[in-house]
Amino acid sequence: MANTMARSFLQVAATEEVASPLRVVQIEGLVILKIIKHCKEFSPALVTGQLLGLDVGSVLEVTNCFPFPIREEDEEIEADGANYQLEMMRCLREVNVDNNTVGWYQSTLLGSFQTVELIETFMNYQENIRRCVCIIYDPSRSNQGVLALKALKLSDSFMELYRNNNFTGEKLREKNLSWVDIFEEIPIKVSNSALISAFMTELEADTPVTQCDYDRLQLSTNPYMERNLEFLIECMDDLSMEQQKFQFYYRNLSRQQGQQQAWLQKRRAENMARKTAGEDPLPEEDPANPIFKPIPEPSRLDSFLITNQISNYCNQINGVAGQSFSRLYLMKALHEN
Amino acid sequence: MASSESAVLQFFPSSTSLSAKVHPLVIFNICDCYVRRPDQAERVIGTLLGSISPDGTVDIRNSYAVPHNESSDQVALDIDYHHNMLLSHQKVNPKEVIVGWYSTGLGVTGGSALIHEFYSREVQNPIHLTVDTTFRNGEATIKAFVSVSLSLGERQLAAQFQEIPLDLRMVEAERVGFDILKTTMVEKLPSDLEGMEASMERLLALIDDVYKYVDSVVEGQVVPDNDIGRFIADTVASIPKISPPAFDRLVNDSLQDHLLLLYLSSITRTQLSLAEKLNTAAQIP
Repeated sequence: MANTMARSFLQVAATEEVASPLRVVQIEGLVILKIIKHCKEFSPALVTGQLLGLDVGSVLEVTNCFPFPIREEDEEIEADGANYQLEMMRCLREVNVDNNTVGWYQSTLLGSFQTVELIETFMNYQENIRRCVCIIYDPSRSNQGVLALKALKLSDSFMELYRNNNFTGEKLREKNLSWVDIFEEIPIKVSNSALISAFMTELEADTPVTQCDYDRLQLSTNPYMERNLEFLIECMDDLSMEQQKFQFYYRNLSRQQGQQQAWLQKRRAENMARKTAGEDPLPEEDPANPIFKPIPEPSRLDSFLITNQISNYCNQINGVAGQSFSRLYLMKALHEN
Repeated sequence: MASSESAVLQFFPSSTSLSAKVHPLVIFNICDCYVRRPDQAERVIGTLLGSISPDGTVDIRNSYAVPHNESSDQVALDIDYHHNMLLSHQKVNPKEVIVGWYSTGLGVTGGSALIHEFYSREVQNPIHLTVDTTFRNGEATIKAFVSVSLSLGERQLAAQFQEIPLDLRMVEAERVGFDILKTTMVEKLPSDLEGMEASMERLLALIDDVYKYVDSVVEGQVVPDNDIGRFIADTVASIPKISPPAFDRLVNDSLQDHLLLLYLSSITRTQLSLAEKLNTAAQIP
């Protein structure tokens, strides 16, 4: 009896734990307030900070965070930044705050955050932590009355591809990866301790008048929409440049292949002539000839990122337009009354 | 200084024009630190950061907890930790300076006077914030004090803690998320349209209230209050007078602009999917 028990225990210890996929990110209200405050204070500059919390099953709990100072591009300050981080973590540990890094947050301007730096930071974090998440907060959208908080994670298939640094069309077709698969958005759940919710309910202004959030009912969305459109236009320009690069590549490729075929024909003809003359045939390949040098295929990573950004802008425009419709109809109804 | 167990609470209005404004983040921080305090500690003590405006209002914006040891006759505060955290915080936001300190629990004890003295060495007139986390009075009590020293001639007798008015401020973006912050668990963040709906419902409720009030005044059920009546009249009069056709034209123009934008974004998306197909589906023989 004991033997079978021991074996089953060994079996259990030997089997690897399969990491359950991350399904939801649970953030504390404290963290949200801190992020809002930090991003708002420094807007329009972009700021970042570290997230601390616990990784529990399929839920990633974020319980605290601290902001990073704005770093200048200087070698000395690099070490300073690391020191700051260690110091903060140590201090927070002393007051019993969970000091597991579970990711980082950053602020963005109108949703233009899909850059290569983001991916690189993700890869850096992923090496040390099994599960990390990036929270993006948009302070300009929050002025419109929406809490623009998103939790992002790189999809696993994309990460493998990035590690191999291989973005050719074939590989992508193999994995069936398109631009939507780069980032995965994870739903956010907000939790608060009972003490805090008791306080907040008490302290809430009793008069309903101050409760109504008027900024959501504002009619003027023009500046916001204008900026969104400007960014969209710029991105479209970038996208068309990337596409031109591809066209160039394809044209070069087909021209090179034409050259290769012509050369091959000539070789074959030569070989026929040599055979009739009784000499050894020449090899049909010639790696030294420059027309056989393979042309590198341009990476599709940039175009994917730009595509992501464009779709983000489109989504935002849709959202704001929808809101504006409701507001306009509301105004119409009020006026008629 | 001998410590007494009784709380030294003064309810006189303050003679100085000092008042304090607290951001809800500070309350959150304090509650979080209280929940995480080590088991043997009765209360949590920490530093308040913020700024002092020229007219004497203190704006409390941030806070952090400082580990301390408290026994019946002495209090020990970890000063190094306090300085380290201060330096770290100032690296991020150099404008935030120490404005005082906080402690949980109702009232001011003898030990607090010592700590207050320590903080008064750091800043001119520190604010002492007490947050009652045990809800002893049956409601949330957050009080702010400044210390005035009572002296008899040359000798200093005692420090009197005077209460100053406190104001709980909330910035716009935080107010948007306030509903989320009230409950213990929110399943998902509300999307744009849901938030819109909530705002409109609130507005509708407000208008309903006003209607009911006016109706009841007209029927004579409620004593009319001239101020409110004037206020309502002002509000209604502030709607700009535009003739119906002009108004319709305004609304329609806006509608058309937005429809145009929606159309543009749909075209862009189609373009994107087309470009993607061309890029990755192209076969190279």
